[in-house]
Amino acid sequence: MSLFISLTLNGEARDVSIDDPRVTLLDLLRERLALPGTKKGCDRGQCGACTVLVNGRRANACLMLAAGLDGAQITTIEGLARGEDLHPVQAAFIEHDGFQCGYCTPGQIMSAVGLIAEGDAGSDPERIREGMSGNICRCGAYHGITLAVQEASRRMAAKEEGDAA
Amino acid sequence: MKHFDYVQPKTMDEALASWEPGASWLGGGTNLVDLMKLGVTQPQRVIDLTRIPDLGEITFQQDGSVRIGAMVSNAALARHAGFAQHFPMVAEALLSGASGQLRNMATVAGNLMQRTRCAYFQEETAACNRRTPGAGCDARDSDEELRALLGASPACVATNPSDFCVPLAALEAQVEVRGVNGTREIPFADFHLLPGDQPERETALEEGELIIALHLSAAAAGFARHARYLKVRDRTSFAFATTAAAAALRMEDGIITEGRLALGAVAARPWRVAEAEALLVGHAPDAALFGRAAEAAMAGAEAPAHLEWKIDLARRTAARALAMAAVGTPARMPALPASPFGQQNGDLAHV
Repeated sequence: MSLFISLTLNGEARDVSIDDPRVTLLDLLRERLALPGTKKGCDRGQCGACTVLVNGRRANACLMLAAGLDGAQITTIEGLARGEDLHPVQAAFIEHDGFQCGYCTPGQIMSAVGLIAEGDAGSDPERIREGMSGNICRCGAYHGITLAVQEASRRMAAKEEGDAA
Repeated sequence: MKHFDYVQPKTMDEALASWEPGASWLGGGTNLVDLMKLGVTQPQRVIDLTRIPDLGEITFQQDGSVRIGAMVSNAALARHAGFAQHFPMVAEALLSGASGQLRNMATVAGNLMQRTRCAYFQEETAACNRRTPGAGCDARDSDEELRALLGASPACVATNPSDFCVPLAALEAQVEVRGVNGTREIPFADFHLLPGDQPERETALEEGELIIALHLSAAAAGFARHARYLKVRDRTSFAFATTAAAAALRMEDGIITEGRLALGAVAARPWRVAEAEALLVGHAPDAALFGRAAEAAMAGAEAPAHLEWKIDLARRTAARALAMAAVGTPARMPALPASPFGQQNGDLAHV
């Protein structure tokens, strides 16, 4: 079997051949499209290390069959920054020490971007913690992560208001 | 993962025609793909339903009932303003399940079809009648906490792990299914089967049938002011229920005129007992009354000695859910949906 899918990957149109229906989006990104920023942790949807945005919504790439994604828009950690300008969530993670070893960080950041877009956590730390519960950090950097998401959420909301004014 | 044949039909007719014994329907894949990786499920063919038109709509009818398309995601349903307003405990149950990522992927039909989380079902080397008919049941004499207290059989003690299904049972949802012979509706209470001596038969779906929608009536929306879901679990978030309860009341002048109570994680389907609900009618909310209703709901519960605490926990969960419902549905979804630690209106409470 060989199946062709078209993706918009980090803003760029890509035609991809899938030679085996068992290939997940995670393996497609890491092994075939040279985008290893998305991490494989549990490979079972439990740790969140593989979080990417699919059509603007956060999802576990390890549980998605790539064959089903024709036409999808995928954003990975590699697609967040604009050149040297970090995404506000990336910048806030650095400012607030939102990581230690860094392995879960791409997933944490993509999940935070998705959570902020969902719009109902705001800057309430309890809602942020609950909204981020699909991302496990073995180093236990949760305090910094919560502060980073709070800060990024505030800045992005302020910028939106500024842009609207 | 075993190799399989992947098809992505573009119409319902094409989907139904592509069914063959040993195939699996694919929605969000959050349970199926995981079980395929573990080798617990080995479909010959995977039929991806995500490209069939019209399965992703939430439609309120003139009469106030709602039809929820099979491929609506858990997140989309829980965040749909009109839906959450009319069926708040369904939204609360949805938001208490899984993680933000999984809720974006998982579908409402897939939620009804999710398999038990019994560790012995997921462990290939363990004996499990549900996975391999006739193999035996290693869970029966184990310390597995996700164990049925009601409706179990010598062949199987598995529980249904769904949060979503618990309020759906309490609110008497209807499941609309389609097969080559047409469309039919299955009352929610009849959808999930108790194990008996055929635990591998899990739902009322016939070979080749699939869920196309769920229906909730306008009458079910009548409970919106006093409806809560409560879930007790090993950690505050992103864990399956140890015990859970959906409680909904209609109140007039401080008196309960109708009550609904369904328990989760205690049987192979959400557990609802008419006698327990009848006890509530005509009384003012009261801790002793809720205790009696919870007792009636758990009548006949059985557990091995080392898991008897789960019977007590289920009773207390039910009584507390009723008390929370009596207080009233919070104006805003709690920060920790369905949590015993969350206070109303999202106050910081558990740390």
